[in-house]
Amino acid sequence: MTVATYAGKEVTVNSEGFFEDPSVWDEEMAPEIANSFGVPELSERHWQVIKFMRHEYETKGEGPSVRALGKSSGVSIKELYELFPKGPAKLAAKIAGIPKPHGCI
Amino acid sequence: MPDQIEKVSIIVSKGSLEGIYPALIMANGARAEGIEANLFFTFFGLDAIHKKRFEHIKVATVGNPGLHFATLAGGLPGVSSVMTHLMEKKMEKLDIPPIPEFIEMISDTGAGLYACKASCDLFEITKDDLVDQVKDIITVGDFYQLAAGGQILFT
Repeated sequence: MTVATYAGKEVTVNSEGFFEDPSVWDEEMAPEIANSFGVPELSERHWQVIKFMRHEYETKGEGPSVRALGKSSGVSIKELYELFPKGPAKLAAKIAGIPKPHGCI
Repeated sequence: MPDQIEKVSIIVSKGSLEGIYPALIMANGARAEGIEANLFFTFFGLDAIHKKRFEHIKVATVGNPGLHFATLAGGLPGVSSVMTHLMEKKMEKLDIPPIPEFIEMISDTGAGLYACKASCDLFEITKDDLVDQVKDIITVGDFYQLAAGGQILFT
């Protein structure tokens, strides 16, 4: 576990950079998290995915897989990989401050 | 040695359901982790990207001890279809896509799909017989060039 600072606030993250406590996340932190993981700027489309991730986590207790994201977030799989080249579900979960999604698909 | 895998190239040589899915799941999973991925379809693995065949991939019910099913019974007409149907239903519940959708999805993740030239020549398969997601028919030499610097998996 390490401590990272986003938007001036200290948060605990695991070795991969996922938030230990999703409740401490707020939207102001997202651009800085994105930046530190290779996404220089968050567009409206990025935000659509991030908000969807957050919503899914809050309602189901778990972030969606890439396939579920492609089906339900309103952003196609092709575009998801353009927005988050280093793995959409994983990267968007990180930026949204939620745990790593666990599906294999 | 880098402590992370940056690229995988997966060879698909079998045309049964249980021969194809592991490779597709591993390629898709690699992309989900941000790992570059290529799929190289050779021999009967070509069925996974063959327009007329990729919707009819079946579980091997003969010569498959892992199925725990009498070989004699497995050889009866229709048994493979029934088994395949049962397995597909289970997979659907687990949110594993059918092969045609999976192939399209993997291509959308940016993974490269390639067919083996020697096998295409052997089975008289041309680019027109293959699904549009296939980038090219390539030689073994081309494959090694694509795979350079990464891991190669044979399935």
